[in-house]
Amino acid sequence: MPFVPHTDEDVRAMLDVIGVDSIEDLFDEIPQSLCIDGLKQVPPRLSEMDVAQLMHRRAEEDGQPLCFMGAGAYEHHIPAAVWEITTRGEFYSAYTPYQAEASQGTLQLLYEFQTMMAGLVNMDVSNASLYDGASGLAEAVLMSVRANRKSKSKKILMPRTVHPHYRKTVNTLVGNQGIVIDEVDYNGKGGHIDPVSLTADPGDITAVVIPCPNFFGVLEEVDALTDWAHAHGALVIAVVNPLAMSLIKPPGQWGQDGADIVCGEGQPLGIPMSSGGPFYGLLCCKQALVRQMPGRIVGRTVDLDGKPGYTLTLQAREQHIRRSRATSNICTNQGLMVTASTIYMALMGPEGLKRVAARCHENTGVLVERLTAIDGVKRVFSRPSFHEAVLQLELPVSDVQQTLAAHNIVAGYSLSHDYPELGDTLLVCATETRTLADIELYAERLERIFTMRRSAACPVQPKMNA
Amino acid sequence: MSNLPDNLKYTKTHEWVQENTDGTLTVGITDHAQGLLGDLVFVELPETGVIVGAGDECAVLESVKAASDLYSPVSGEIIEVNELLADNPDAINKDAYGDGWIFKLQPTDDSELDDLLDATSYLEVASAEDH
Repeated sequence: MPFVPHTDEDVRAMLDVIGVDSIEDLFDEIPQSLCIDGLKQVPPRLSEMDVAQLMHRRAEEDGQPLCFMGAGAYEHHIPAAVWEITTRGEFYSAYTPYQAEASQGTLQLLYEFQTMMAGLVNMDVSNASLYDGASGLAEAVLMSVRANRKSKSKKILMPRTVHPHYRKTVNTLVGNQGIVIDEVDYNGKGGHIDPVSLTADPGDITAVVIPCPNFFGVLEEVDALTDWAHAHGALVIAVVNPLAMSLIKPPGQWGQDGADIVCGEGQPLGIPMSSGGPFYGLLCCKQALVRQMPGRIVGRTVDLDGKPGYTLTLQAREQHIRRSRATSNICTNQGLMVTASTIYMALMGPEGLKRVAARCHENTGVLVERLTAIDGVKRVFSRPSFHEAVLQLELPVSDVQQTLAAHNIVAGYSLSHDYPELGDTLLVCATETRTLADIELYAERLERIFTMRRSAACPVQPKMNA
Repeated sequence: MSNLPDNLKYTKTHEWVQENTDGTLTVGITDHAQGLLGDLVFVELPETGVIVGAGDECAVLESVKAASDLYSPVSGEIIEVNELLADNPDAINKDAYGDGWIFKLQPTDDSELDDLLDATSYLEVASAEDH
């Protein structure tokens, strides 16, 4: 449906029919004292040329470094066809499809997306996406409290191996709802939550969050943790990387009964990193919990003539019907991102996704091998991991990052802020986009940094902060 | 309004109450109410063992066009819920006073029953609502 703005004549004609002089008159119920007098902090407008030049200058500041960092957002190859199709006007400018008869294209695409997601994580239902992985986890926590009626404690077990930003976001979103987030510490050798460390009598727990792969890239003991949670009346919330799901066991197959709710970040599937967003969150669940699931859900039905048609469904959960009793205030989804992801998944197919995931796993293996061959670099966690690893350095991590940055290399994500007990550690990642030459370059440069630091014979210390 | 049994008590919020011989109460919604709601698609039943006060929200009735709260007519403990409604919420539409019963209560204060409406008073209330 095309967007056609009003002309001044249109506005004038409508005001005349209504019987007021100006648009402001329609807002005269609002007390003057509450009205602001213009937006003082907004700078004066710029012309299109000025804006274009400003954006060019800003873009130059971004740079195009060689990236070995993951930590929640990953550089993957996106086939040109994905955004070529996504940016077609019909997809690009489509609004939320409330009017089913005018939005069958969008609705069918969302339905296909939901089908692919549910299949990927092996769950019964998927919604049409949320804002991002972090808020998706918060919504999953809120959902588990609503859904687990037998549990009264509103206590959630949250491993420290869950992404620190996700944990922060969860605390922000559920903090005022009487929900208790209990952090579970990880095993220092494996980098995972050791099932043996879980108590035999934990009391009333509403849900257990299980990340896989976790923030360290490590694969958790998903079966043992899932069964333990269920044995104690808790729901299981899985946090996953959807790309990894093409290779490792999906949450629907965890333990005896599978996870109950699945969330995660959809960015790896065809979404560029874009300096941090927009991304999208995935949310899936078992059939029994579908009425507690927030966000948009598209359903398939038949019209008057018996032809298949698509529509938003289960809307009684949503704000425009339940109002304050709605499952969530989320009444939208990341339509454009999901469009791109669906096209990416359709183009890649299950085989393509598996190959990408396998290549990422392999490349990170090569990266870790090359880097740990350097004297002064050690791998920290011994357990199998997907496509990230934690390395401990015998030099201050920030110094190393800065020097490598001068060579246009993003070395990795420093863990010293969120996991100070690990000392000077770096979370590194090599996706399918990193070639052997890239990895060699990184290794060479890192080796040189260690060598230069070691030449104690030279009285003049090399400046690290060049 | 034809379907309004005389032997039941009613609330302003369209619930009916049946006093059982063993002292418990059975609660549902009136035929008038189910007609207003439309085809029911889901009933969120209360948990047994829960203690409710008179007027507390204790269940949710979801139809194709709205989600409506059910209020407990009196204080008491929920002792039984109609499991049939889990797969057949339309039992409420088809037989609001029979198969469509929603939950049973053990009342804690018998005097609260006096505050309920009889069929005639309920008829007045419902007609005045002018839906």
